[in-house]
Amino acid sequence: MIAQHAQILVVILPLLCAPLVLLLGKSRIAVWFTVGVLSVNALLTWWLLLQVLTIGTLRYSLGNWPAPWGIEYRLDPLGALLQVMIASIAAVMAPFLRKLLAEEIGSSRQYAALVAFILLTAGLLGIVATGDAFNVFVFLEISSLSTYALIAIADKRDALLASFRYLIVGTIGATFFLIGIGLVYILTGTLNMDDLAVRLPEVSHTNTTQIALIFVTIGIAIKAAIWPLHAWLIPCYSYAPRGIVAFLAALSTKVALYALARFLFGVFPLADMPIGSVLLEILQLLAIAAMLIGSAAAIAHSNVRAVLAYSSVAQIGYITLGLALATSAGVTAAIIHMFNHAFIKGSLFMCIAILATGSGKHTLESLKGLGHRMPIVGIALLIGGFSLVGVPLTSGFISKWFLITALVQAEKWIWIVAVLLSSVMSIIYVWKIVEAVFDKSDDKQVRSYDLSVDIPIVLLAAVSLYIGINSSALVSTAEQASKWLLGMP
Amino acid sequence: MDSQLYNYWLVILLMMTGLYALIARGNLIRKIIGLNIFQVSVFMLYISAGFIREGAAPILSPNVDVYSNPLPHVLILTAIVVSVATTALGLALVIRIKAAFGSIDDDTLSYSSGDSATELSIKTQKSSQ
Amino acid sequence: MSDDIILRIVGKFLIPLVVVFALYVQFHGEYGPGGGFQAGVILGAALILYRLLFGDAAARKAVSPRWLRLQAAVGVLLYGGTGVAGILLQGQFLEYNVLLTDPINGQHLGIILIELGVLLTVSATITALAYTFSADSEEHLSDPQVDASSQSDQLRS
Repeated sequence: MIAQHAQILVVILPLLCAPLVLLLGKSRIAVWFTVGVLSVNALLTWWLLLQVLTIGTLRYSLGNWPAPWGIEYRLDPLGALLQVMIASIAAVMAPFLRKLLAEEIGSSRQYAALVAFILLTAGLLGIVATGDAFNVFVFLEISSLSTYALIAIADKRDALLASFRYLIVGTIGATFFLIGIGLVYILTGTLNMDDLAVRLPEVSHTNTTQIALIFVTIGIAIKAAIWPLHAWLIPCYSYAPRGIVAFLAALSTKVALYALARFLFGVFPLADMPIGSVLLEILQLLAIAAMLIGSAAAIAHSNVRAVLAYSSVAQIGYITLGLALATSAGVTAAIIHMFNHAFIKGSLFMCIAILATGSGKHTLESLKGLGHRMPIVGIALLIGGFSLVGVPLTSGFISKWFLITALVQAEKWIWIVAVLLSSVMSIIYVWKIVEAVFDKSDDKQVRSYDLSVDIPIVLLAAVSLYIGINSSALVSTAEQASKWLLGMP
Repeated sequence: MDSQLYNYWLVILLMMTGLYALIARGNLIRKIIGLNIFQVSVFMLYISAGFIREGAAPILSPNVDVYSNPLPHVLILTAIVVSVATTALGLALVIRIKAAFGSIDDDTLSYSSGDSATELSIKTQKSSQ
Repeated sequence: MSDDIILRIVGKFLIPLVVVFALYVQFHGEYGPGGGFQAGVILGAALILYRLLFGDAAARKAVSPRWLRLQAAVGVLLYGGTGVAGILLQGQFLEYNVLLTDPINGQHLGIILIELGVLLTVSATITALAYTFSADSEEHLSDPQVDASSQSDQLRS
């Protein structure tokens, strides 16, 4: 019975876990209950991934109303891969959330943070799980609202302002998305994404379809922080509670990019649309700009979280570039990097969170020499940093290898130069952090800290390393996902 | 221009009003009001699109053949809930911003320096070498 | 304002009517216009009116924030639980036909339970929002934000 309903359970388990945690309140059971639910969820997503890879796309009709009339949940290889990523990272981080947040959030608000964290997980899983365009909007807003609350929950000045500005921009983005969905609904009378893909080609030349595509793209691009719509991301990642940022940086932009890929390739008939190729060209240009400008800004900053935030902007550029190539190899590279970057950035922000515990500062100066005092964190930081640069034997190398191969196939020679240039720049900013963290001259007192918070870091960094050494499973899944996404048999 | 499509013009007018209020006003409360007007314009887009000429309200009745489309209303009910939640959260943030900064004028609010991410700090980079 | 005797008397007369109207909208919603969300907002409005007329302390005594939090959570659980009951009775998630032996009765039961869940959560959240924005103390500020978002998934049925 669970097998048949696993697809929906993945979303409703965390969604129902949230009110239960609210009822349990401050008791310790709440945390363990959450950890239990999220672990079961992670196992379910692994099982679903195996199912999808063997028997193909899974479908589930809510309330037994057949699609396209009812809401349909649809799981394809890409969605299954992302669900594994979301559920696993959430399950790994949940047990340590309390410890990571202890310094910034008072115990009276801890459980509220936990509830918002679970809702965020549910929202992200929902975006991936659903096959209904309007449902994407609903889950996008569930995850966004929890994000705004989580950013502001520590009640720090800067975080409040960052959260408010993100709320304004994010809501504009979501509403743009809603306009786009509304226009295609008016045109076709359906909201089921697969049904839209069947009906939109008939109207692919109308102005309304073009405008709908633009609205949807801009709306999602805001959520995905594609340059130049990334401005909200920097203060949010710089001022939000440290433990929360690790989760946000790992997952929220990736899920938005998944939605972008879904709508560009799975809903709109890009090839038949007059603006289709222009849009892809523009996205490629923006991706190049993101890579170069993001990396340059990362070099210029001395606040480690801002460095990593700008680095995220650049890395989102790599993913966007792969998607905008719209070739099988390009989309494969994008999917691989989506997966890898989630683990890299998650572990890097976790490292910074632990290093900054106590001092509460995130400047290069304040982190000096801490790598020697906390060797496990230091090594994980090294692995993450090397992955970001793309050193062989780390997952980042695999991503860049596939991206450059895709660019060679598409004969985009200048953009290969840009990718390499951006990689060189990433060496500079990663070196800056590594140099400070392993600075020997500084004589800081050894600060005792709870070693158990190293567990999620070790796990995330291990995934990076493992993929760097043996990437065949990820690559074959990504290839299957990109084939499916581009509608190739 | 098809005069029958005037609903779209009203939607566009409302949308631009909302966006203008959002961008032109520094006051955070006014920004939230602008955001609401902007969202309401989209609700109107959906609801007016659900109207069918000569169609009755979508309540089953033996005397009626043509009904308006009820689905957009249901969708927008959800969107309104989202909008209410967003507004509530936005207002809660404004209350706290007022407490923390003593102002709700966006032009006077800025991130604190020191541990700042927004300022370019090439100086500190030099000194750390 | 709370000293004004006319407002208090009219309020005492009106608030029960508003509550009854909320219940009418709730139970009429199965067949006609209405439903849990509308009813929840009207019920919430009744509580807010009570708070405006009789003051914050009286309102908190009548309906405490703690109770509201409980009510909001129970509403979401009732909604989700109805969906899960469909699975347990060998149907799909949110399938009402299997709730009772007769599918038509099952549909009735399903939608009534779902709408009841929506009513509980919406009325609690709306009232909690009113408490939050009027509260001098900040301790309750963060609570309703969290469940406000959980509620947004409720109305897709």
